[in-house]
Amino acid sequence: MAKVRESVMRIVFLLTALMSVLCVLFVCFFLFTNGLPAIAKIGPLDFLGGIKWKPESNEFGIFPMILGSLYVTCGAIILGVPIGILTAVFIAFFCPTRIKSAVEFVTSLMAGIPSIIYGFFGLTVLVPLINDVFGVRGKGILAASVLLAIMILPTIISISQQALEAVQRSYFEGAIALGASKERSVFFVVLPAAKSGVLASIVLGIGRAIGETMAVVMVAGNQAVIPESVFDGVRTMTTNIVLEMGYAADLHREALIATGVVLFVFILLINMLFSILRSKERVQ
Amino acid sequence: MNNKATQGKDLLSVILRGITVAAAVITGVTVAIIVGYILIKGIPSIDSSLFALNYTSDNQSLTTSFINTVLMTALALVIAVPLGVGAAIYLTEYTRNSGKLVTLIRYAAETLAGIPSIVYGLFGMLFFVVSLRMGFSLLAGSLTIAIMVLPTIMRTSEEALLSVPMQYREGAFALGAGKLRTVFRVILPAASSGILSGMILAIGRIVGESAALIFTAGTVAEFPTSVFSSTRTLSVHMYSLASEGLHIDKAYATAVVLLALVAIINAAALLVMRRITKGRQHL
Repeated sequence: MAKVRESVMRIVFLLTALMSVLCVLFVCFFLFTNGLPAIAKIGPLDFLGGIKWKPESNEFGIFPMILGSLYVTCGAIILGVPIGILTAVFIAFFCPTRIKSAVEFVTSLMAGIPSIIYGFFGLTVLVPLINDVFGVRGKGILAASVLLAIMILPTIISISQQALEAVQRSYFEGAIALGASKERSVFFVVLPAAKSGVLASIVLGIGRAIGETMAVVMVAGNQAVIPESVFDGVRTMTTNIVLEMGYAADLHREALIATGVVLFVFILLINMLFSILRSKERVQ
Repeated sequence: MNNKATQGKDLLSVILRGITVAAAVITGVTVAIIVGYILIKGIPSIDSSLFALNYTSDNQSLTTSFINTVLMTALALVIAVPLGVGAAIYLTEYTRNSGKLVTLIRYAAETLAGIPSIVYGLFGMLFFVVSLRMGFSLLAGSLTIAIMVLPTIMRTSEEALLSVPMQYREGAFALGAGKLRTVFRVILPAASSGILSGMILAIGRIVGESAALIFTAGTVAEFPTSVFSSTRTLSVHMYSLASEGLHIDKAYATAVVLLALVAIINAAALLVMRRITKGRQHL
């Protein structure tokens, strides 16, 4: 009897473990079966390369949105990555022990603040600020990039910090013993040794930025055209879905799901890159 | 150059130290500005009408959304915690080696963790709302969000189980306990704080979620009568306030409540985690 119970529970635990695999398969299946037919109907080239998004006249080109997602993500990476990595270095090596737990509370709070609050802050502070400083309409690539840079900071900080702290202490001590200053040891010995972990944090940051929706929709302006400057309004793949899903029907609705499919493929590629970097780190 | 901090240091080292401190200050100041701004603008707008029992388009009360959030969170956890903890038990107690199946499970969990909430929203709409005919509902929303937090619960539970010393298992086996008894009576209690901190992190994510819920749970600001009622959580309520732009003072006030909630949840998670590290030191 006990033996039966043991083996039954073993199978139950196995099934719960397989749930995550099942969920991934279900997500893939439902997105692809609902999105791919629309891409086929519109024509893959017209869909991915088309520069006109006019649902009312059945034109569904998402090239401006793909470009929009890439622009705001690039902007967020350029602004957020240096600050994030340097902050991680500070927390891991230069932070006085007295304030370390306060600093860690701040980064965890940053990760916990809902995107809608970031978006609201962007709308009420960043957009008017950009408007005042540059004399342009504040909503656009710049506002979205700055906001996303802030939002990916906790991801970059915590993963980079873990990577830096996982580097063997002897690297640091060796550099110090050779007469290098603490700063030089950290930057030229420990940081290069933590390279793949730091890169993984950037890749994860890219994933967060490209997938962010509710904050971006409030500050990006949302025009479905190819932007010409960093002040121009922009629409990303994520915001395209959330803006129109509420009222879309038929092919329009399918085209929005297909936008989700394209976004999903981007995310899968980014995840793959992240896993490769992570396994490299483990080998080291 | 008799300054103590820079004594015996070359220029490059001073610069490197300077930029790390500057970056940390920028990060800290940014958080302070965001939190401070919301508090300063929002606290004066908090009044009793914000917590009125019934929502009207006039008072924009957050009571219903708050209760919906609690229900949504509870339901999502009821679904996700057994699955996540069960998976973690399988990964740590039943297969320590990294076979193909384990690699697949881990890869799937990592993939789930990277999927953005809007994609979960789309999936939830296509699967739960349309295919399973749940409609915009509490149930569809919590199922969607349960999948979303599953990897968080799996990972933190796994870490908690791994940190239980091997002697506990050996001791239990030596006393004649079977595998199941060991797992439920010895290992799970020892790992409970770690699992709890993972649950708190998951609660934080659920409370802050909006993109995955708009197209699964809908936006109706009423008390649900069953799990098939459409509900709006606090974050979704905040979104509709902010995007409508009609009740901007209410939006600030709601933001304060949401922010306070998130701060409490995060502080709780940190406290639980600190208790674990302290407990370890006594071992």
